[in-house]
Amino acid sequence: MKPAQRLTLFLLLAPALIWLGLLIVLPHVEILILSLSERVGPRVYRFGLGNYLEFFTEPLYWRTFARTAIMSILVTALTLVLAFPIALYIARVAQGRLKAMLLLLCLLPFWVSELVRTLGWMILLRETGLISYLLQSTGLASQPVEMLYNDGAVILGLVYGGLLFMIVPLANALESLEPSVVEAGYDLGGSRWTVLRRIVIPHAMPGIVAGSIIVFMLTVGNFATPVLLGGKNGLWFTEQIYAQFITRFNWPQGAAFGMLLLVLSSVIVWAGLRLSGQGLGTTLRQA
Amino acid sequence: MRTVPMASSSDLDLLNVTKRFGSHLAVNDVSFSVAPGEFFSILGPSGCGKTTLMRMIAGFEEPTSGDIRIRGTSMVGVPANRRPVNMVFQSLALFPMMSVGENVAYGLICRGVGRAEAERRAMLMLERVGLKGFAERRVTALSGGQRQRVAIARCLVLEPTLVLLDEPLGALDLKLREHMKIELKQLQATFNTTFVYITHDQSEALVMSDRIAVMNQGRFEQVGSPRELYHNPMTPFVASFVGETNRWAGEGGGEASGTAKVKLASGGVVQGMGAVSAKSVLCFVRPEAIALSSDVTSLQALPNRFEGRVAAVLFDGANSSLLIDTAGFDQPIRAVLPQAGPLAGIEVGAPIHVGWTADAMKVFAA
Repeated sequence: MKPAQRLTLFLLLAPALIWLGLLIVLPHVEILILSLSERVGPRVYRFGLGNYLEFFTEPLYWRTFARTAIMSILVTALTLVLAFPIALYIARVAQGRLKAMLLLLCLLPFWVSELVRTLGWMILLRETGLISYLLQSTGLASQPVEMLYNDGAVILGLVYGGLLFMIVPLANALESLEPSVVEAGYDLGGSRWTVLRRIVIPHAMPGIVAGSIIVFMLTVGNFATPVLLGGKNGLWFTEQIYAQFITRFNWPQGAAFGMLLLVLSSVIVWAGLRLSGQGLGTTLRQA
Repeated sequence: MRTVPMASSSDLDLLNVTKRFGSHLAVNDVSFSVAPGEFFSILGPSGCGKTTLMRMIAGFEEPTSGDIRIRGTSMVGVPANRRPVNMVFQSLALFPMMSVGENVAYGLICRGVGRAEAERRAMLMLERVGLKGFAERRVTALSGGQRQRVAIARCLVLEPTLVLLDEPLGALDLKLREHMKIELKQLQATFNTTFVYITHDQSEALVMSDRIAVMNQGRFEQVGSPRELYHNPMTPFVASFVGETNRWAGEGGGEASGTAKVKLASGGVVQGMGAVSAKSVLCFVRPEAIALSSDVTSLQALPNRFEGRVAAVLFDGANSSLLIDTAGFDQPIRAVLPQAGPLAGIEVGAPIHVGWTADAMKVFAA
């Protein structure tokens, strides 16, 4: 490579490298170092694994952590089940304008901020909200019904927030399935279920994995939805990180939690890829 | 509505089948029967309705009216996965997510055959189509001809009453296509399965079929053996679509000694067989029916004799032909040039005599 070419390449790559370095690598190195420093007295820190030990000895912390992981997997699975028929319809049935309209409809809620969308759910679900009012006026409930501040509300909000990110990669993957391959599946005697299980789902696998990874990461790292819809019962791990950094002002502890959350996402994504037999490369292409 | 199964001597019967898409009439009142073990082709230009017809037999479309019967049992309302019919798709539509063996075993497993037994039968079928040892391969790792054979094996393993083939040779290159024509015909003969073959390529239909239906604008123009269609076309469409031919328009000039006399628009007068009384007519004569000679005496017995000049020599080995500019004809006459004859070395511009019998020329009302 000529020096001039090398310079051009370097200049072209520079913004990406700076972005990666300053906004992702550097803060994480900082957080890693921070998480390994124990507070031994006011403004006195030394190197040690105390912050991580604290996590394992205090049940509230690791239970919240496990709860976040399990609920996120549940939310991802629910989102997948809900998104699959929608994506199938958009990719295989809808044509032309209708297809564009449907994708736009999926996108529309994202034009308002996540906070406002979540507040919208609160208006619907709270004790004095729309659903409670309707249940009372139709005689299905005799007193106001509180539907906020439970796991159901948290899951509902998170699934709603993740749906679009599941639908788009799924629809992309399903669109590339040749119609005659599906017809051949029926022609050779396959039932709807057989065709779905042996032809459609295997074909859509890269899209399923891509969508699941995106939704899982968004869910694990979500903050506003569990706090607003779950209230005190939200118990999301991000709340613990927030509490350490902002309320307790214990940055090293918060940093340790942050690192643990990063490890959790990475391990589950890796396990997901292994289980589905998909490579990271094909999945990234689909996303 | 399903009729009670009854004894039937044919594998497939279509009775007055019509299919409309909105105001468009895709298939217009088509009836035919296919005998067991027959290789039946439907030949027509693209957009003539042949694919719609095939999709109705396979069960992907329902006829607007009429009945489709397989061994006497009505198939109207029976879904595609319940019909004893299997299809080889134009794109072959092999399952890319499965291995070759799994592709062939798929249909058996759908029928509830155990996995081990299905694999054994798939293996045997692959052996019979000459793909022994290919079961573990990915379908993407096969050549065009091998993929073709997998697509056919996948159908034949189910022992269907009828195999439908939708232009399966379209995507192959010329050499392989010629080879597959023969191979398909041999496969059909060994398995003795009824084949219904759809194509726009008249040579595929002529080489492989026992009988051919020529389809145009949603209707069958003529059904017959390849020889019948070639030598005795019943309509001008069949005459021009099946095989090479010379075609001229003219007006009927009545009868002269048992033949139809036609005055061509470009001035020439010819004699042929067919529509005698029609005012406006079309005349067809095959290039191989035209006799060539360098002197007029050897053509003395022919009612149609003309003198022309060679406009072009189209050399193509055994299929070589001449284009001959002739007074009275608006287009040059195309004639087969035998490469073994005395005229094999003829050059452009040379004078030549052409002639043909009245029998060789078909005259139809336009």
